Amino acid sequence: MRRVREILRKEIRQTLREPRMRVLLFLPPVVQLIIFGYAVNLDVELSRIAWVDQDRTPASRELRAAFAGSPSFAIVAEPGSPDEAGRLLDAGDVLGVIAVLPGFHRRIERGETAPVQILVDGTNSNTAAVVAAYAAQVVARYGADRLGERQRALLLEVIASTGIDGPRYLAVPALEAAPRVWFNEDLRSRNYFVPGVVVNIVALVTLLLTALAVVREKEIGTIEQLMVTPLRPIELMLGKTLPFAAVGLVQMTLVTLAALIIFRVPFRGSPLVLLLSAVLFLMTTLGAGLLISTVSETQQQAAMASFFFFAPAMMLSGFAFPIRNMPVAVQYLTLLNPVRYAMEIVRGLFLKGVGVETLWREMLSLFLFGSAVLGLSALRFHKRLD
Amino acid sequence: MIRTKLLTRRFGPLTAVDRLDLEVSEGEIFGLVGPDGAGKTTTLRMLAGLIDPTEGEAIVAGFDVARHSEKVRDRIGYMAQRFGLYGDLTVEENMRFYADLFGTPAEEAARLMPELLRMTRMGPFRGRLARALSGGMKQKLALMCALLNRPSLLLLDEPTSGVDPLSRRDFWAILEELVSSGVTVLLTTAYLDEAERCHRVGLLYRGRLIRCAPPAELKREFVERGLAVRRVGARQPVRPERPSLEDVFIALVQEELGQQP
Repeated sequence: MRRVREILRKEIRQTLREPRMRVLLFLPPVVQLIIFGYAVNLDVELSRIAWVDQDRTPASRELRAAFAGSPSFAIVAEPGSPDEAGRLLDAGDVLGVIAVLPGFHRRIERGETAPVQILVDGTNSNTAAVVAAYAAQVVARYGADRLGERQRALLLEVIASTGIDGPRYLAVPALEAAPRVWFNEDLRSRNYFVPGVVVNIVALVTLLLTALAVVREKEIGTIEQLMVTPLRPIELMLGKTLPFAAVGLVQMTLVTLAALIIFRVPFRGSPLVLLLSAVLFLMTTLGAGLLISTVSETQQQAAMASFFFFAPAMMLSGFAFPIRNMPVAVQYLTLLNPVRYAMEIVRGLFLKGVGVETLWREMLSLFLFGSAVLGLSALRFHKRLD
Repeated sequence: MIRTKLLTRRFGPLTAVDRLDLEVSEGEIFGLVGPDGAGKTTTLRMLAGLIDPTEGEAIVAGFDVARHSEKVRDRIGYMAQRFGLYGDLTVEENMRFYADLFGTPAEEAARLMPELLRMTRMGPFRGRLARALSGGMKQKLALMCALLNRPSLLLLDEPTSGVDPLSRRDFWAILEELVSSGVTVLLTTAYLDEAERCHRVGLLYRGRLIRCAPPAELKREFVERGLAVRRVGARQPVRPERPSLEDVFIALVQEELGQQP
């Protein structure tokens, strides 16, 4: 125990004394939080659109008012011709163009289908889909309103001609779907991303620091000197992983607090379950770090290997790209990705407020992955030069 | 203190150490000399239990290194060829670290550390980061860390390479002091003037021990057998009456290769 404590003390001393390490410890969490908290925002608010009115009638002006009143859109230009609108789209000045074609009003009056053209910049397919859907919604709602009015007017005519006492018959049926979103009520993408950042940071820091800390000893040759001491491999492993486990847990706490206080992300689950899950997840990342250190000779190799593991693990975790959108084969592949379970647990805790009774399967998976990876790295972690 | 029998280590097709029979007795300074790649470091690493022999056995400090490497490690101090201490820790922090790893009792360490610092005259530098030390001081620090294990045998791999002559003399004075207190020293060196200070030297060439004797005896053999050596810049081989160890070494290696001088 004294030896483990001594390795711990040395690790902490060295880590804090080395300027590069200090940066590695504290920069990534800050940068990631800023990026995912502020910068990465898939919400469509006040999308810049151009309005092309080739009808210039009361009906087209009503539709324009509907767009202008929507929180999703801001009409920033009213070009006179479709060509001009096309140029705005090319230049990226607007995200979309709504064009009302000639004859819009007349067709509505006659009860015919009146087309409205929606052009969307598809460079960013995600935003384009959302903008197109929102625009279609606005148009549809306007259409439904017009339909209701017309029906009511027709009914009144019919009632008047038959002479029946009528307000009772005026109850025109209307269907309204009222979607209610659970867990992330306002559909804020921040609520989706920020909990994932917790996983992201803990994974990166613990993986990379562990791998680097062991390989650094190889690189500067101190491992040879360590090997002639009575230090046992398990003691070296503990001494090399525990400090970074502590760093990981502290960072997780900081990021969680920042998420709650700065970004107002809800946290509905139990902090204890979060802590327990983090420890289970750390088994995997620390184990992977050790494993990488056994196959790397230099710190560059270790860093490369870490990112080689980290990047796909993040991509296939559902951190940014929903797993259900992936090809089926890849969806099965993600079952082998421990980060995926960590993401599910963290989102479940932040947004859904579920507990162990729902998350036990994910937690068990993390435990199994962690045991396997740690066991494998312990087997490979010889205290020998060859 | 050390006895090896047919000690062999192969790395793939290469035989780094070939059927080595070596004996070092207590209180000796034994020098393993030979050109780079002769197998000196591999031998030392096997003796320290850092790598396993392919064949043969080595008894170090009374224990078989292959089977009881922990017991051997408890009794030896090992200094690797590369400076293997933490540059970002101070002299004192490095020493404390190793004292704890070796399990040296606290009061023993408290007595030993000032004594070592005095012996090596490193006291004034105890608070300096190890990476800021000169080459000679680094080696002294490494030696101190190895001595914190209170070893009865020191295995030193080229302890004075890259060290200036004055510091080297310092280092040797420390070694002689240690030996007089009962420690056995096995070191490797490529400097043959330094090998003269050893009680006995072993000439290692291509993994094989071609001679093992006190320096004076090797020189006598050179003279008695009338061996010749071609010195740098000389046209004709010479037969010096008082050969240096270098002369002896070169002559013996050439003989080994079956070459005429």
